[in-house]
Amino acid sequence: MEHTIFILLLPLFSFLLIGVIDMDITKTGKVWSHKAAGLIGTSSLAVVTLLSYLTAYEYFTAERLTDGTFATIVPYNFTWLPLGTLHFDLGILLDPISVMMLVVISTVSLMVHLYSFGYMNGEKGFQRYYAFLSLFTMSMLGLVLATNIFQMYLFWELVGVSSYLLIGFYYTSPAAIAASKKAFIVTRFADMFFLVGILIFGYFAESFSFSFSGTIQLAEGAAAFQTVNISKEVAAAGFLIPTALVLMFIGGAGKSAMFPLHIWLPDAMEGPTPVSALIHAATMVVAGVFQIARMFPMWMEYAPDSLSIVVWVGALTAFYAAAVACVQTDIKRVLAFSTISQIAFMMVALGACLPGHGDHLIDNHSSLGYMASMFHLFTHAMFKACLFLGAGCIIHAVHSNEMSDMGGLRKYMPITHATFLISCLAIAGIPGLSGFFSKDEIITACFAYSPLLGWWMTVVAAMTAFYMFRLYYGIFWGKDNSEAYAHHTPHEASWTMTVPLIVLSLITIVGGWIPFGHLVSATGQAYDIHLNTQVAVTSSVIAIVAIGLATWIFAGKQQPIAQKMYAAAPRLHRWAYKRFYLDEVYQFVTHRIIFRRISSPIARFDRRVIDGFFDFLAWGTHRTAALIRNFQSGNVQHYAFAFLLGALLLLLLMIF
Amino acid sequence: MIQIEYFLFVSAIMMFAGIYGFITRKSTLAILLSIELMLNAADINFAVFNRLLYPNGHEGLFFAIFGIAIAAAESAVAIAIMINIYRQLQNISVDQLTKMKW
Repeated sequence: MEHTIFILLLPLFSFLLIGVIDMDITKTGKVWSHKAAGLIGTSSLAVVTLLSYLTAYEYFTAERLTDGTFATIVPYNFTWLPLGTLHFDLGILLDPISVMMLVVISTVSLMVHLYSFGYMNGEKGFQRYYAFLSLFTMSMLGLVLATNIFQMYLFWELVGVSSYLLIGFYYTSPAAIAASKKAFIVTRFADMFFLVGILIFGYFAESFSFSFSGTIQLAEGAAAFQTVNISKEVAAAGFLIPTALVLMFIGGAGKSAMFPLHIWLPDAMEGPTPVSALIHAATMVVAGVFQIARMFPMWMEYAPDSLSIVVWVGALTAFYAAAVACVQTDIKRVLAFSTISQIAFMMVALGACLPGHGDHLIDNHSSLGYMASMFHLFTHAMFKACLFLGAGCIIHAVHSNEMSDMGGLRKYMPITHATFLISCLAIAGIPGLSGFFSKDEIITACFAYSPLLGWWMTVVAAMTAFYMFRLYYGIFWGKDNSEAYAHHTPHEASWTMTVPLIVLSLITIVGGWIPFGHLVSATGQAYDIHLNTQVAVTSSVIAIVAIGLATWIFAGKQQPIAQKMYAAAPRLHRWAYKRFYLDEVYQFVTHRIIFRRISSPIARFDRRVIDGFFDFLAWGTHRTAALIRNFQSGNVQHYAFAFLLGALLLLLLMIF
Repeated sequence: MIQIEYFLFVSAIMMFAGIYGFITRKSTLAILLSIELMLNAADINFAVFNRLLYPNGHEGLFFAIFGIAIAAAESAVAIAIMINIYRQLQNISVDQLTKMKW
């Protein structure tokens, strides 16, 4: 497994190479044309993808240990920063979830790299774009391969910064700048809690290492893990470790756009669409889910009750985002809210894990949600990336994000249409496609947790099917916008853009049939996925009904029913359209309350009192100097006279 | 034999005349003359103390010669400075030389 180091080094190297060498779009006097940047980035990523697949193959075909789990392999680990008895390490850790994430990240990233050739063609800053993509890929891979929570935090911030850079890619547009700042500040705010959580955890557990994730096999020369050693007193106090974990969850909620920290994600759609597909749909936003999965043994052992926070935050977010997605008109916004809702599904599934029965703290039945969440992470990454890339093709064709500028596109863009439809069916949960299997496991886990939660998530799943098909019909069916298309007929994009769509939709079709429970599960032992017939039938029927409803309302050329519904509940529609005014609430709280009532009095105190004191010192010195400077006439004769008087005085003193 | 007090009386008069001149005169040339006067008063004292108190030694005489040499060098430098100032300002009185003051 020594080759895993190249999975991190190659993207880093290509980031430095693309970032440093000047390749201009005009080609005048430059070493290479800008296409070279894309070629370097894409080919290095292709190698990374191959290495990741190789790693996954080697890892999952290796023999299981005697207890039926896969060994956690640590090929590299070295002490980076000793800190008293604790130390921060850097290294690579391979266990089922990190290997699974390797596959997801490298696949989606490769597809996005390829796709961007077409999408960003001729764009100013093409080279910068590829440099940032490489940086992001490196950081995200580093995040999932981290051997300890601190390394994870390090790369966590790096993905945050590359997300910031890519959202603000069109830096001449004020909306993009505002969105990038918003994303950075909101996630940074949440990360502050993450850091506090890490420090509390590190202090009381005496380790930052993920020493609790399975049976660890250290490679020769790797620094040993500090074992988590939570004393009886700390465990008995009962709040220290749960507090640390919940603080870490707040950090994860910021990255994964959980209510109420989700406000940055819809605005992040100002970035280029392939970036939205990679960062804001498939990989970075699931970092929060991954973090909880990573700390899962700790949650189960020390804070099983606190997981209910995760559940209810997730459930609220899922419903809220689905409700908002039902009325948005910007296609990327619909997909963004859909992403928030789907990530909330994963969160709910993780939270709905219950401690095992008997001797075992974790067992695969009680903690079905863990497997379901990871499974959904995998399938969602594929179909949501496909949806976003499809949306990119559409935006490329009609030069607008608004659904009203689209309609009837199925005739013009057959490949995009087919792949988009497959992904919509998958996310809606139509049997046979990948989304069906993973969502079904989540809903089964929810029913096991509490029937209320199970029904709640079923309703959200129905809403998912509804809003996705509203989007689908709005884009591909309905009235043909022939007057808008007259001067510029929409056409299918080039092969670099359609190939990723086809690949991702193929994965979406077959992904559900992977025996995922054998690879990733809460205990690590192989787990056979049983479809719960009752849940499967219910959710399929509900999905089909929701799709039928969407067809009835939105498929026609005119949409009288939709108009009537808007007219019947204008306020509800308006509220949902405005995202229930949460951005305005934030605006009010930050500007009117925090800035005006707290920050500006503090600023005034600083300016008046603290600065005032030092200004007074300076002013006093200046005035005193002005008073006494006349003694220093600069005239030597005056000084000589003073000297003479002094000398005479001394003489008199000596005489008497 | 002239008593030592008479010599010292003359040198004290020279000394205080020099100090008075140094403090009161406005012309730099007059100030330079005052400094020379003070130096000469000191030289007289050296010579007198050597001659009358230690007739076999020569240290005081040597010091007096040193003082004269230094006075000569000093006046050369001072007069050079004055000439330069005069070229710049057409004036050498000290109360006019405020160009380098704050």
